[in-house]
Amino acid sequence: MKRYAWLIPTIYIIFLMLPIYWLVTMSFKTTNEILGSFTLFPQRFTLDNYRTIFTDPTWYWGYINSIIYVSLNTVISVAAALPAAYAFSRYRFLGDKHLFFWLLTNRMAPAAVFALPFFQLYSAIELFDTHIAVALAHTLFNIPLAVWILEGFMSGVPRQLDETAYVDGYSFPAFFTKIFIPTIGAGIGVAAFFCFMFSWVELLLAKTLTAVYAKPIAATMTKTASTSGYELGLLAAAGTLTIIPGAIVIWFVRNYIAKGFALGRV
Amino acid sequence: MSLQLKGVGKTIGADTHIFPTDLELEPGTFNTLLGTTLAGKTTLMQLMAGLEIPTQGEIWFDGKNVTGTAVQSRNVSMVYQQFINYPMLSVFENIASPLRVGRYPRQEIKRRVGEIAELLRISPMLNRKPSELSGGQQQRCAMARALVKESDLILLDEPLANLDFKLREELRDELPKLFAERECVVVYATTEPSEALLLGGQTAAMHEGRIVQFGVSSEIYETPNTLKSAQVFSEPPINLVNVVKRGTKIHLGEATKWTAPKGIPNFVDGEYIFAIRPHHVTPTRPSTTAAIIYGIVDVAELSGSESIIHFQAHDRPWISLSHGVHPFAAGTKAKLYADVVNGLYFTPNGQLVTS
Repeated sequence: MKRYAWLIPTIYIIFLMLPIYWLVTMSFKTTNEILGSFTLFPQRFTLDNYRTIFTDPTWYWGYINSIIYVSLNTVISVAAALPAAYAFSRYRFLGDKHLFFWLLTNRMAPAAVFALPFFQLYSAIELFDTHIAVALAHTLFNIPLAVWILEGFMSGVPRQLDETAYVDGYSFPAFFTKIFIPTIGAGIGVAAFFCFMFSWVELLLAKTLTAVYAKPIAATMTKTASTSGYELGLLAAAGTLTIIPGAIVIWFVRNYIAKGFALGRV
Repeated sequence: MSLQLKGVGKTIGADTHIFPTDLELEPGTFNTLLGTTLAGKTTLMQLMAGLEIPTQGEIWFDGKNVTGTAVQSRNVSMVYQQFINYPMLSVFENIASPLRVGRYPRQEIKRRVGEIAELLRISPMLNRKPSELSGGQQQRCAMARALVKESDLILLDEPLANLDFKLREELRDELPKLFAERECVVVYATTEPSEALLLGGQTAAMHEGRIVQFGVSSEIYETPNTLKSAQVFSEPPINLVNVVKRGTKIHLGEATKWTAPKGIPNFVDGEYIFAIRPHHVTPTRPSTTAAIIYGIVDVAELSGSESIIHFQAHDRPWISLSHGVHPFAAGTKAKLYADVVNGLYFTPNGQLVTS
């Protein structure tokens, strides 16, 4: 049995990587080749698809829009979650456990439930088609998640550390910013990573709340596909580029995530 | 710079953590809070530090009422049982932290940290992170931080409890020297009576949120004023048994009796609780006046140089602590000797019978 121990992981990785490989090779093919024949490697290697994306404003603005609202959302979510998580980890108040669980239940409702009311409400206050609109909409599921993750990390820090800092003479704000936040840096990294990922892959709310100026890349992809026929090579290139930010973020926080799993909160 | 607690109490919800307590600690003294876990030692220290606000009573420091003063403006230091250091700062920065907050000049910080690190023998580790140190070194770092600023009050909450035996002994020997030349009030919490005795100074014996006795450590050990105090200050637990005084004799059960101590006017005939520490109950006869106790052995713990024998006699568990190896099989009959002249007599409501 031991001799075949490599088999299962190998099969798993092949199944996992195959679609991604297919996407990447497709992005280097022409649409004709994709539709015409079945090839494992690009017969006529082309960078045209990427050239189009990096030169056409409707394409690259899709990326910029996505990155803007995702970054905004990450900053807002983590900033709002830090004090909330601190309260949950350090204080006992009426209904704290229920509230903590209720936070998570926000994640159980599908985004479609909120799409229509959000559309109306954001339009009413003239936030429709702005980056901040999407960023705020995504805090709906990202703040609870960030609170949940950060609370785990904060509870791993002994309360005596807070007391030691006060004894040393730190005021609460000084302690929180100079001592506490660096101490749970790993947790903030993990929380930011998940906020980034969930905001990056969320499509429905982002599409509903934008039209032109803040249109996310995923929306650009679907719209291009429907208007100018099937430009599969272009779509594949756009898809490949969409994976990259996530991959970069994962690379930076990979060690922290392991720690987050060890703490049982991710 | 004396610390005074005037009727200080703390209740959280329906639970009373500290019953109203009066205590006065003088500067330059070493004070031990002795009690089992949940006796309220940590809560009392938090009240002294200002980390918790008392629900009643007042705390005075150096003639000033500091009850409502925040911990930041009280000039106190605290060391915990867990090795608490700032994980992302180097050992140097950890020790320097209170000085940095106090805006000391750079040169002064460097000099002071260097001195204190030398004193606690962690000079070679100043550039490392706390996580790269051994447990003993981490605790030395925490102590250095507590000592580096000239605090008026230094609180040590079981600082040696998480260290292994060797390190504990080493650090315990150094402790009194560290505080010898300081004009501050030192409060040290421990669960171990032997530690209170070794460290000297004064002891406040605590039990369930009350200070049952306060005084010079060795005096409390020799003459605990109440049964509770005697129980707190004994490890292994002190042996207690009901006796009856009739005339000049003390009767234990039907068969055992011995001569009552003389010259105590209020030691009238009646029922008493006789308390005798485990090391005065031995398998060998210590003196001709010792009383013989017949018991059934529960278990005998032999640790090389010492034997601890748990046995049942007179319908209650006893513990004997003696030097040397004295093997007893469980369930066998044992004949032990209680050196009754070293025993203490308490009235049924727990007061010591004294002259």
